[in-house]
Amino acid sequence: MAGGTLPRRQVVARVLDQRPADLLVVTGLGTPTYDVAACGDSDLNFYLWGAMGCAVPLGLGLALAQPQRRVLVVTGDGELLMSLGALATVGVKRPENLSVLVLDNEAYGETGLQDSHTAEAVDLCAVALGCRWPRAQAFTEEAALAGLRDFLLEAPGPSLAVAKVSRDEEPRVLPSRDGHLLRNRFRKALSLD
Amino acid sequence: MSAAFAWAPDDWRRDVYDALKRVEVRQVAYVPDAGHASLIEACRADPDMETTVLTTEEEAAGVLAGADLGGQRGVLLMQSSGVGNCINAFTLLQNCGFPFLTLITMRGEWAEFNPWQVPMGQATAASLDLVDFLQYRVEQPADAGPITEAAARIAFDCDRAAAVLLSQRLIGAKTF
Repeated sequence: MAGGTLPRRQVVARVLDQRPADLLVVTGLGTPTYDVAACGDSDLNFYLWGAMGCAVPLGLGLALAQPQRRVLVVTGDGELLMSLGALATVGVKRPENLSVLVLDNEAYGETGLQDSHTAEAVDLCAVALGCRWPRAQAFTEEAALAGLRDFLLEAPGPSLAVAKVSRDEEPRVLPSRDGHLLRNRFRKALSLD
Repeated sequence: MSAAFAWAPDDWRRDVYDALKRVEVRQVAYVPDAGHASLIEACRADPDMETTVLTTEEEAAGVLAGADLGGQRGVLLMQSSGVGNCINAFTLLQNCGFPFLTLITMRGEWAEFNPWQVPMGQATAASLDLVDFLQYRVEQPADAGPITEAAARIAFDCDRAAAVLLSQRLIGAKTF
């Protein structure tokens, strides 16, 4: 079976355990949403439950609007593949406060684990570097994860981390599906309403 | 703050730009377009506007939703053919109640020379209906500014998606 070996929940926990208070998090639909929720809910998490392909564009608009805060997008390989052009759009804007963590299991987990394009052909880091992202790195082994948090939250972005995670399923942790609630609480937490 | 952009004396897009400034639009997402060209250049010249050139229009649903989450207002500038690229992404606006403003230059409806533009131009209004956009058509140059401002007000004050359709007759049919 293809896919990586890293346990996805541990990868997310490396970045989000005791997270900085001002960190803004956007999740791509499906398993990344559950992975981030499993690490603890926050008003400053914006979970996507649909609109596949919108996670990186949403992170970009948020990063431009909140340049003093770090914005972390956590998404999957399939979700990112649906909007590869967004990597080009980010490459033009290059906001230093935007980071993207791809939980890459090389498969479409929600639909029956069919291979995604990263299983055989596509190197997402190479795509990002080709789009002039200053940092893009694959993380394949646990030993390397020690540097993941700094890579995503401290170093100037835009940064893309591709974590090669296993296809093993984790228990689902479901945050709210009420989009109006998710929007309103996020804005309230930023004192915008 | 007025930017150092040199408008042609009779360009109604200046009224559109002024309307965007009055409602405090700060992010301008666009796909390059001849009908919006001077407006895009004016926004790019404005240090208080963040312009983002997209590879496809659907990116704007995410970009402008993110702008709203971060406390900024935005606008999408596109051509009618781009509307068809956006339907699933626009459900993000419906699901979360994001305000959304788009200005659309129309093709395929008035003295069009390219038959390939007609199907999407004719499907634009119905497509926007499918995802609950309020729609306002501009036929006369003098209406461009006031209609843009009215659409922006309802979008941002009422958390609705609003589209301003700039008719092909207004823009001037493209020819080869």
